[in-house]
Amino acid sequence: MEAVKVTDLHKSYGDFQAVKGITFDVHEGEVFGLIGPNGAGKTTTLRLLATLLEITGGKVEIFGKDLKNEAPEIRKIISYLPEDAGAYKNMTGRQYLEFIAGFFIGEKDPVEMVKRGLEIVNLDDRIDDKVETYSKGMARKLLVGRALMMEPKLAILDELTSGLDVVNAQGIRRIVRNKTREGTTVLLSSHNMLEVELMCDRIALINDGRIMEMGTPKELKEKYSANNIEDVFVEVVR
Amino acid sequence: MSGLSRIIGKEIKELLTPATLIPIIIMAVIFGSLGSAFSGVTEDIDEKPEFGLVIDDTGNLSSVARLSLVTNSVITFDGSSLEEGLSRLKEGSIGNALVHIPGNFTSNIESGSQGWVEIFYHKTGTGLIDLVQSSLVLSSVTAMSQDISLRMISNDMTAVPEVVISPVAVYSTTFLNGNEMSGVTPDQIDTVFQSSGFVVPIIVMLVIIMAGGMVITSMGSEKENKTLETLLTLPVKRTWIVFGKLAGATIVGLIMSMIYMVGLGYYYSSLLSSATIDLDSYGLSLGILDYVIIGVSLFMALLCGLAICMILGIFTKNFKAAQTMTLPVTMLAMIPMLISLFSDFGSLPSWLQVVVFAIPFSHPMFAVNNLMLGDYAIVFAGIAYTAGFAIVMMAIAVALFKKDILLTGRIRNVNEKGKFRNPLRSMLRKR
Ligand SMILES: Nc1ncnc2c1ncn2[C@@H]1O[C@H](COP(=O)(O)OP(=O)(O)O)[C@@H](O)[C@H]1O
Ligand SMILES: [Mg+2]
Repeated sequence: MEAVKVTDLHKSYGDFQAVKGITFDVHEGEVFGLIGPNGAGKTTTLRLLATLLEITGGKVEIFGKDLKNEAPEIRKIISYLPEDAGAYKNMTGRQYLEFIAGFFIGEKDPVEMVKRGLEIVNLDDRIDDKVETYSKGMARKLLVGRALMMEPKLAILDELTSGLDVVNAQGIRRIVRNKTREGTTVLLSSHNMLEVELMCDRIALINDGRIMEMGTPKELKEKYSANNIEDVFVEVVR
Repeated sequence: MSGLSRIIGKEIKELLTPATLIPIIIMAVIFGSLGSAFSGVTEDIDEKPEFGLVIDDTGNLSSVARLSLVTNSVITFDGSSLEEGLSRLKEGSIGNALVHIPGNFTSNIESGSQGWVEIFYHKTGTGLIDLVQSSLVLSSVTAMSQDISLRMISNDMTAVPEVVISPVAVYSTTFLNGNEMSGVTPDQIDTVFQSSGFVVPIIVMLVIIMAGGMVITSMGSEKENKTLETLLTLPVKRTWIVFGKLAGATIVGLIMSMIYMVGLGYYYSSLLSSATIDLDSYGLSLGILDYVIIGVSLFMALLCGLAICMILGIFTKNFKAAQTMTLPVTMLAMIPMLISLFSDFGSLPSWLQVVVFAIPFSHPMFAVNNLMLGDYAIVFAGIAYTAGFAIVMMAIAVALFKKDILLTGRIRNVNEKGKFRNPLRSMLRKR
């Protein structure tokens, strides 16, 4: 079974078409990257898949469940990390993980979940400080820990490392890569073409609401005889 | 259900912080000290009172009385039939008071006891505009009493010394809302109504504005921090998210009301210490059940206010825009508060009654007076209306929580060119 099956997906905000009919599959266990410039429609696509927005047209299945009719079921198996997200400022990092884990009571073991979260976040004793005292990198780590601690079948991560310095970004990429080895499928977006090349098994180049190219980074580089994905992108949109 | 209780707990923890509580405690303390300040205030207005006069007495002291009253006051009705005087009083054609000097006035004084004067008051309502200056009427009668003293002394009338000093005794009766309350002056009634009927509306208004503001800004910051997006992708029903947020804010709102009430309790007791009569015997007081009813009414109104704020919060884009959105709720809470200061529900013109009834926040504000006057029907109708109103608003909020608008928002307070734009107008225009 495909982890994600998107067929001719459309999304309009009023009169404005943000996603103009995109089709792609994400295989189980892989890291799939949506890459493209700002305003290409990446966040819109991920929000649709995360059951946050209503689709205007097309069809989406996540692990065989239909997005339109089975959103509550889908929410049990996905986790979504918004771009530029924050956590509740008056909670400590640990309290935040515990708060989120509580929603899975009956589905999964929240104690195990928090334990895993703490390992991923790896903030030592700062975990018991208020979130408002965290640096950007620490906050992002906390949120990545939150998104991965429930061992979702599909993790949807928007702009995974945007705004982070090189060291923090690399740390977070490593965390995400490790998690996929444990069975989580990852769908991420980035406007950083180099990052995607480092992380993704397959990528889709998206521009102006349409997918322009799709394949493994290696395939695409060969096809356009380019040195890196950035050059591929420039070729594609030309 | 566990999702619901988690959200309630989170909201309460977020809203109930020293930063939100301290201003409320300060306000409550100010209320408390206001009470003792007000209770010392006495009116001294230099104005001639207007009232009707009925003299049944034919003795010589009654003509002294008449002369004195006519000099010190404006007599709007001068007759010999008490019945006619009273019916004129109740229809409001002779002002707010009627002074009656009964047939035994002179003979009583001459035989060594005080002469009785009856004062009847007609009170049309319990708001500020319905205040009856009973002290003015009373001061005319006191002046009359002194004139009689003077006459007795200058005529060398033999009488008991106490009677010479104070020959006139007054018995007051007040008509209010079809009730005949004998032995009660309108001032005494006003003291009771002002102390409760004024402060409760102010508390209700403050609590609705503050708790409503909390809901809107909480929505605004959840959107800005994207914590709302996270919440919406968790396995928890959106209905629970709405109910959890509302319940959390309602509980905090009730806690705030309670703090105000403690302040009010102090205010109330210091005001009442200046009142000398017990209005219990006229049913003009509140029992435990009445307080429960007021509590239910407040709860419902609070729920309405918070659900409205939640809907407004759904339309906002961020924290800043959220703050400007509290305006409509503030206005809606202020209108009935101001009206309740100046009048009571029963004495409003009927079109205004409709308007006031339609605003859900009115009901707890007017409940105290209505319950004191025994007007249970209007209070229960108000509770039923606010309950219905709250259910409709919550249903709308839940429905909107399943729509894109929750995340995409509509209201930025700045348009693309960076110019300030009225969020409400842009909301209406974009519809
Ligand atoms: N709530 C919204 N209302 C109207 N247009 C929007 C909204 N959100 C995004 N858009 C538009 O949709 C397009 C795609 O946006 P987005 O999905 O955020 O792109 P990306 O994440 O690739 O940068 C952009 O042109 C953006 O301006
Ligand atoms: Mg984006």
